[in-house]
Amino acid sequence: MQIYLPIAEVSVNAYLLLGLGGLVGILSGMFGVGGGFLMTPLLFFIGIPPAVAVATEANQIVASSFSGVLAHLKRKTVDLRMGCVLLVGGLIGAALGVVVFNYLKALGQVDLLVKLCYVVFLGVIGGLMFIESLNAIRNTQKGKVPTRKKHNWIHKLPFKMRFRVSGLYISVIPPVLVGLCVGVLAAIMGVGGGFIMVPAMIYLLGMPTKVVVGTSLFQIIFVTGFTTMLHATTNFTVDVVLAVLLLVGGVIGAQIGTRIGVKMKAEQLRILLAIMVLAVCGKLAFDLLVMPSELYSVGAVGGH
Amino acid sequence: MRWFAVFLFMALPAWGESVVLGLSQDEIAITTSFDGSEILVFGAVKREVPVPDGPELEVIITVAGPSVPVMVRRKDKRLGIWVNTDAVEVDRAPSFYAVATSGLLRDVLSDTEDLRYKISVPRAIRSVGAPMTITDAPSFTEALIRIRSDASLYQLQENHVAVDEQTLFRARIELPAALTEGAYATRIFLTRDGQVVSNYETSIDVRKVGLERWLFSLSRQQPIIYGLMSLAIAIFAGWGASAAFSLLRN
Repeated sequence: MQIYLPIAEVSVNAYLLLGLGGLVGILSGMFGVGGGFLMTPLLFFIGIPPAVAVATEANQIVASSFSGVLAHLKRKTVDLRMGCVLLVGGLIGAALGVVVFNYLKALGQVDLLVKLCYVVFLGVIGGLMFIESLNAIRNTQKGKVPTRKKHNWIHKLPFKMRFRVSGLYISVIPPVLVGLCVGVLAAIMGVGGGFIMVPAMIYLLGMPTKVVVGTSLFQIIFVTGFTTMLHATTNFTVDVVLAVLLLVGGVIGAQIGTRIGVKMKAEQLRILLAIMVLAVCGKLAFDLLVMPSELYSVGAVGGH
Repeated sequence: MRWFAVFLFMALPAWGESVVLGLSQDEIAITTSFDGSEILVFGAVKREVPVPDGPELEVIITVAGPSVPVMVRRKDKRLGIWVNTDAVEVDRAPSFYAVATSGLLRDVLSDTEDLRYKISVPRAIRSVGAPMTITDAPSFTEALIRIRSDASLYQLQENHVAVDEQTLFRARIELPAALTEGAYATRIFLTRDGQVVSNYETSIDVRKVGLERWLFSLSRQQPIIYGLMSLAIAIFAGWGASAAFSLLRN
């Protein structure tokens, strides 16, 4: 069944969108990630204009994170105070990101920016995750217990604040910076940024793992919500029909994925996720490095 | 009586032939399930005198979407990766353009007439100037035509207009799914020996209707409300789908 998307102005198969949503949903349920980093490139591949894909994906992430946060709030695994500090950085970052996005759109370099961001971040995160989970698998085989360093340079910074739920007394500068980076990425890449924020919260801020996911989801909702509004008002690129179709598939997929995820070991899951992240990164890098079959592209006259 | 006939003859254009046109539809509605469309352009040649001797009557039909300036960009290898480097602005390029002819275009239309009426695809595009740094500006318009032709947005359909008895003609024009809104100018040219003897112009209105129309106008006129609505709908849909799923499970 073909469906004409009112904002993207292209006609696509509705079942394809539901299927894509479902597939990414399964993966995100399995690995506990938002899946935006997979969905946005997939939308590029099926011919959705990149600007629409990025903005719409932000809208979809709001919705898919919302039901997640409700569950975490019920279990009291959200550090609201830390969430708000991250959010301050996140909102500033998102505003910066949209400004950069619009500027490069006028220059005709937005595709390059989005793809380069993907290659760099997916490459780094995927690589680190791969090495880390390989080590973890090796350590569990040897019977070693992983240790986490508690005190580092981060604890020497000023403006300290107490975060009771996380059991931390640290400076607000690192969480604001983490939020800022994630905000910029959310605006430019159309991702929630969980794949960057979660490791940063664990390894950089030293937050306990049980509150990490809920808190990052809490921050993601507001940052991507803000991003959606910015894109909707400056670029007019949020396609609500596309978002809803992806969402319905995504939510159902996530439920199935969670069930599969429970049956697998954490290290195995992480290594699978790392391989997937690296595969997406590789495909995008390949497209940038190999001579494209069509050197020319047609775009709207922007700027002014 | 004889004088009257002469008078009529003089009132008509040089060849005394004009077009009476029919369209299978003069309005195309883009609905949610829009998947391209086809219009049938048909008509007759009205003449007060017998069919003149000499070259056969040929018919050219063009359908053009709204013209907007576009930016054509070219990639080049910089620091090992392919990035957009040069860009040329094409001042006027129809979002859709189809030419259907009753014979080969070069046989039914002379170059001067093409230039005058802007009938063939390259003539329908106007590109005034490229920046001084770009030496091969024509390759940008060629690329534009190539890309849009691949997407069926630009079509040249030779031998596609059927002409009977030099009087009745008809052609089908396929419109792809990725149509933009606007008035689609439809022109009919009658030619003999490459010269346009008569032309006729009308327009087909392509517009989004219903939900499509409503969402599109809301997103442009009330972007804040549209944004908030998108968020609300998405949150509700997400929450609803997960609630429905957990109900199903229990």
